[in-house]
Amino acid sequence: MSTRSIVPFGPQHPVLPEPIHLDLVIEDEKIVEAIPSIGFVHRGLESLVNKREFTEYVYVAERICGICSFLHGASYCDAVERVMQIELPGRAKYLRTIWAEMSRIHSHLLWLGLLADAFGFESLFMQAWRIREKVLDMLEASTGGRCIFSVNCVGGVLKDMDASMLKGFVQELDKMEIQVRAMEKTFLSDATVNNRLRGVGILTKQQAHELGATGPFMRASGINRDTRKLGYYAYGDLEFEPIISNDCDSYARCEVRIREIYQSFDLIRQAVAKIPDGDIAVPVKGNPDGESFVRVEQPRGEAVYYLKADGTKFIDRFRVRTPTFANIPAMLETLKGCDYADVPIMVLTIDPCISCTER
Amino acid sequence: MAKMSKSPWVLHYDAASCNGCDIEVLACLTPVYDAERFGVINTGDPKHADIFLITGGINEQCKDVVKQLYDQMPNPKVVVAVGICACSGGVFKETYNILGGADQVVPVDVYVPGCAARPESIIDGIVKAIGILDEKKAALKEGRLDEYEAAHCKKKQQEVEA
Repeated sequence: MSTRSIVPFGPQHPVLPEPIHLDLVIEDEKIVEAIPSIGFVHRGLESLVNKREFTEYVYVAERICGICSFLHGASYCDAVERVMQIELPGRAKYLRTIWAEMSRIHSHLLWLGLLADAFGFESLFMQAWRIREKVLDMLEASTGGRCIFSVNCVGGVLKDMDASMLKGFVQELDKMEIQVRAMEKTFLSDATVNNRLRGVGILTKQQAHELGATGPFMRASGINRDTRKLGYYAYGDLEFEPIISNDCDSYARCEVRIREIYQSFDLIRQAVAKIPDGDIAVPVKGNPDGESFVRVEQPRGEAVYYLKADGTKFIDRFRVRTPTFANIPAMLETLKGCDYADVPIMVLTIDPCISCTER
Repeated sequence: MAKMSKSPWVLHYDAASCNGCDIEVLACLTPVYDAERFGVINTGDPKHADIFLITGGINEQCKDVVKQLYDQMPNPKVVVAVGICACSGGVFKETYNILGGADQVVPVDVYVPGCAARPESIIDGIVKAIGILDEKKAALKEGRLDEYEAAHCKKKQQEVEA
């Protein structure tokens, strides 16, 4: 019988841009168990609601995470707007949708690059990030920032995009789509990539359901659920179907995310075609008083925001349940029985965002 | 601009950052900014690194990790604090869990401001760090690295006071 040993993985590891620590219990080269410990990036920014006015806290909420920053800011605003019963102008809803989808494209391309890096395909990593720079250019042109946009405010958005800018973006996206399709061939048909991804890290539909996985990780296990279908912002007016796959392995997760990039291109085109004219924000009077729940589909899955306000200018409690937090138990399940060399891929296929998780 | 005497290898560690600066550090090395074409490589091994890029503020749990990584790096070494959080704690300064900037645990040579720090300014910071690396290398050769570091520390303190 082989002996068991424990190999520490992280917090600083070449494959991880962010710190998470796993104690890997291994028998020969097989993982028996993985014990996570988190808290390396905990900042305690939820406590800042008591020190920043509710209109200012949106800038802190954006800094929960630099990758999904737009949706964190927008969802915080959404939560306050629901408490104050503010109806957003149509144009603001569409603008938020467009920016949210751009963030999704940037996040998924970033993830594809990191995945390529994890299995040692450096040139593919560079390729994915080269395409990603185009989205960042668009985000920078429209919001002024590359990571942190600061474009949301309670009651709407701060910046508008004119018709020529939107048209230019759609043309740019068409060009990008050709590039992504060229890159897709390597991700989905290349033999070396297939060997690393096919049949690795199986998470069955039953397991995904029981362990509460979310986002593309869950949809790659055959569960048809997408929070965007609730129809928040302008998603109610747009046509799309959640992208699912029944393969349940790492390859399926890669495929789902690539197809979601095309879906985001399509959603932006639809939104640009339908965007109404009008104001981009409504004036906000008074202070929020009450409770609200907001659910949004972030690039990594469903995030839940809870907000409780007591009628003063400071919010009483703000809490976020982020998608990576929900995905960690399922990730630990996929780690069991996998090869030691596949651990980086397993950890990456949930698209971990530790800054979100630990706040 | 300082003369590049070598292509530095960098070690990047996310202390308690929001990811914004981390992806910008990576964006420095990937196409468009592409510092890798000058041989700047993001290494995962502290023992191979010349420049230590720290993003984010310091909290109780990552304090020891940052200290350990710094200690494992061979001399001469330069520390660059990337982003306002690594410089001072930034927007999270008032939270209960952030002790402050990276200089709470390791001596910082170059401060790169910004939230998130732009790739241009990060590259600027790295170029500045190469200059300091050369000075430290010369000092190390003459066996007066401790002296240099002490003088450097004093100079920085005077700058802060001024």
